[in-house]
Amino acid sequence: MLSVDRVSKRFDSGLLALDAATLEVARGEILAVVGTSGCGKSTLLRLIGGLEVPSAGEVRIGGRIVDGPHPEIGFVFQEPRLMPWLKLDDNVTFGLAGERRARRARAEELLQEVGLADFADALPQALSGGMAQRAAIARALATEPSVLLLDEPFSALDAFTRAALQDHLLRVWERHRPTMVLVTHDIEEALALGDRVVVMRGRPGRIVHDIAIGETRPRARTSARFQRLKEDILEALQLVPA
Amino acid sequence: MIVLTSEAVAAGELLGEAPSPRARTTRAQPRKRAPGPSRRGILGFAVPVALLVVWEGLGRTGLAAPNLLPTPTAVLDTLGGLVLSGELFGHILVTFARVAAGFALGTAAATALGALTGYSAFYRLLLDPLIQGLRSVPSLAWVPLFVLWLGIFETSKIALVAAGVFFPVYLNLMSGIHGVDRKLVEVGRMYGLRGLGLVRRVLVPATLPAYIVGLRSGLGLGWMFVLAAEFMGASEGLGYLLIDGQMTGRPAAIIGGVILFAVFGKLTDALLARGTRPFLAWQDSFAARREREDA
Ligand SMILES: Nc1ncnc2c1ncn2[C@@H]1O[C@H](COP(=O)(O)OP(=O)(O)OP(=O)(O)O)[C@@H](O)[C@H]1O
Ligand SMILES: [Mg+2]
Repeated sequence: MLSVDRVSKRFDSGLLALDAATLEVARGEILAVVGTSGCGKSTLLRLIGGLEVPSAGEVRIGGRIVDGPHPEIGFVFQEPRLMPWLKLDDNVTFGLAGERRARRARAEELLQEVGLADFADALPQALSGGMAQRAAIARALATEPSVLLLDEPFSALDAFTRAALQDHLLRVWERHRPTMVLVTHDIEEALALGDRVVVMRGRPGRIVHDIAIGETRPRARTSARFQRLKEDILEALQLVPA
Repeated sequence: MIVLTSEAVAAGELLGEAPSPRARTTRAQPRKRAPGPSRRGILGFAVPVALLVVWEGLGRTGLAAPNLLPTPTAVLDTLGGLVLSGELFGHILVTFARVAAGFALGTAAATALGALTGYSAFYRLLLDPLIQGLRSVPSLAWVPLFVLWLGIFETSKIALVAAGVFFPVYLNLMSGIHGVDRKLVEVGRMYGLRGLGLVRRVLVPATLPAYIVGLRSGLGLGWMFVLAAEFMGASEGLGYLLIDGQMTGRPAAIIGGVILFAVFGKLTDALLARGTRPFLAWQDSFAARREREDA
């Protein structure tokens, strides 16, 4: 479904951010990507989303080479990026066409799901960072994209909200099974949500580990296997001595 | 111990206990310290009124020579006379028409060019250096050329006003478009927006604040340039009133004209500010907040 074939990215500044990354993501699979800060996770996601052009290699979705943004791809950026001049209802339905009344109804539904039901008429400036991020998630889910790319979507949220939104994301996934790539720096989150976890490291960023979790969700975070996988990843990140 | 942070409150919202935005604003109300709208308005009039009283006093006690500084009442008398003779209305109308025509022309040209150079790097490289170069010519230096090309009548005056209006509008629009947050543009692109769609849904709303600032300073310059245009030879208009007052030695007419310029300049600016305020309501800058409070 989604393939990243020996993709490298060198920025105009000369910095090599990503070095020959290769990935396959099956249709409907949830791939979690973890890695240290600055190792090129966002760059990888932006390449998949068509926002950056690879310096070498190619990205394909459904067999077609990605050469620019595509409406079938949903993107949750690392920052909320709401349009500051639009009220929240118009922000979350930004990607939807159609009649105003219908969009408003859909917006209320989407906002309800991320716990912002009372804020349909608020401007983004009136939101906290976590609330804005939730609105951005709702906006990406609105178009029901077949590929959903998420760049640390929950990092601005407290533990309770984060757990609630992780559940929400899984429910949405159950409904129409998008292919998802979820960048996160929370190893537990990666292990709880991902069918596979990819570990990135270094500068230039490389994919150093690819672990299949192969266990049904929801997962018990206290199981022995969960703990062992967590240690494997920490080791791959070289954050604990091998 | 449990510390309730704002994030914990956000978690509460997730459970459906969200305070509505309305509830938040009312809670914030009592902390407001600035004086209420009516008192703020009065404050602005205090100094001018005091000056008027002193000025009138100086005239009445003979401390100020009436042939140089006529009293406010004398100025009012003169203006009243002009109103009664029907003259003043004509002068005002002529000047207004010149400002309006010049403003419309200058704004139209600046909008077209500014949009082009703001949006396209190619046209920016091609045209912007020339426009910036022209900008550094003191605009009044165009007067002889405009008169030569367009004659001494309306056309050259309107062209001069348009030239004054053009630059601030152009500059603000161009740099406004150029400075639009790339991250928001990416969001638009992610949702399949390109070309005109991207312009309409992202670039225009993001640029409006800068554009409106340009319009307001353009209008201010328009009033300045209409005066210059009327100084260079006119038989009607508020500028003519000033020149005529000087020629015929009537300081009250001059001061009356100055006051009318101030009143109409401020009035049209306030109208423009009010008319464009709905487009700026979302702005979260310090200046925008000040503006809202001051208005
Ligand atoms: N547009 C750009 N131009 C030049 N260098 C860039 C650009 N974008 C990113 N980089 C560089 O590429 C490297 C990888 O950046 P990236 O944003 O992909 O990291 P990341 O893994 O997402 O980090 P974080 O976890 O902190 O978000 C960094 O060294 C960064 O400085
Ligand atoms: Mg990143």
